[in-house]
Amino acid sequence: MTGALLSGTGITKSYGATPALRGIDVTVGEGEIVAITGPSGCGKSTLLHCLAGILRADEGSVVYREQDLSLWSEASRSRLRRTEFGVLFQFGQLVPELTAAENVALPLLLAGSGRRDAREAALGWLARFGVADMADKRPPAMSGGQQQRCAAARALVTGPRVIFADEPTGALDQLSGEQVMTAMVQAVREQGSAVVLVTHEAPVAAYADREIVLRDGAIDPSGIGIVG
Amino acid sequence: MSTAHVLLGLLAGGPRHGYDLKRAHDDRLPQAKPLAYGQVYATLGRLERDGLVAQSGQDQEAGPERTSYELTELGRERLAAWLTEVEPPAPYVSSVLFNKVVVALLAGGTDQATGYLTAQRVAHMTRMRELTATKTRPGASVGDVVAADYAIGHLDADLRWLQTTLARVAELQKEVTS
Repeated sequence: MTGALLSGTGITKSYGATPALRGIDVTVGEGEIVAITGPSGCGKSTLLHCLAGILRADEGSVVYREQDLSLWSEASRSRLRRTEFGVLFQFGQLVPELTAAENVALPLLLAGSGRRDAREAALGWLARFGVADMADKRPPAMSGGQQQRCAAARALVTGPRVIFADEPTGALDQLSGEQVMTAMVQAVREQGSAVVLVTHEAPVAAYADREIVLRDGAIDPSGIGIVG
Repeated sequence: MSTAHVLLGLLAGGPRHGYDLKRAHDDRLPQAKPLAYGQVYATLGRLERDGLVAQSGQDQEAGPERTSYELTELGRERLAAWLTEVEPPAPYVSSVLFNKVVVALLAGGTDQATGYLTAQRVAHMTRMRELTATKTRPGASVGDVVAADYAIGHLDADLRWLQTTLARVAELQKEVTS
């Protein structure tokens, strides 16, 4: 770890009267994989959304490369998410009208790449995740596991500095989940990306360099996270 | 764990000497505790005594003379029987982890048990991360992955048990000390 790439300080967030996060401090180093774990409802997904700039915290700040994202406009944060962040959710959320290759190429096209280069890069990433043969298929013609592999390829295609993965294997069978995690971890190790990984499964958290355990919206210093 | 049966299995493809068997054992069962030479020769001695293997020749390649062993017909039958025999699934619930929680409650109380469970969880997660790093290392063999997966699956089962037991420590304390 070489200094904080991304850090959250005093992150507090409520949904109406229900507190979800109660003053969380967290740092993610360059190229570091950090798992956020804890029981259902502990606030781990909310924390990921705040760190990725998808949700704005009620209090506290999120600093990415020394810039306070809470001061940025939605448009600027959205641009950041397209260029420097990669996002992967439990259900791939591919564009159903586009083929797998077009879905994966999309972030590159939005960032200004040429069509041919974008397709070539997309095909490389699809191969890396073992779904090269799906390149010209649309999501409805693919299995859930194949869609998730495409979504992982799409999250990595721009070479993002940080990847936010929220239960990335939650909808996959065990073997597919392991294959997606292994391919993702090998790729981020190569390109030096950091990962914020939300999961409630220990074997998925074990892909990370370290683990932050949440309990009732706060970091559990004992690392247990159980609601006893 | 039956080292004898693994050695019989390694001899199924043809005669081998002790040194070769040790190397094949460690290659085919990566992450297992490496087999000591002494154990190889002691096991071969027992297998020979029981008529399951027999000496098949001497070979001397730039070193000391080595005795090769081969499977006998009886050895082949014993190996086939072992391979079709289903292992009894967890006939007794025996675990140092479980014993330690009960003894911690008897001898120390809930804080002692909770402290132990918490520390054990950290140790389990650390080991799981090491094994995951081994299997995701570029160039990891299928054997490495399969061996790591076996251990990770068992550690995960322990971790689930540690987590649910942490939630039940107070309840268990009442029962153990009543």
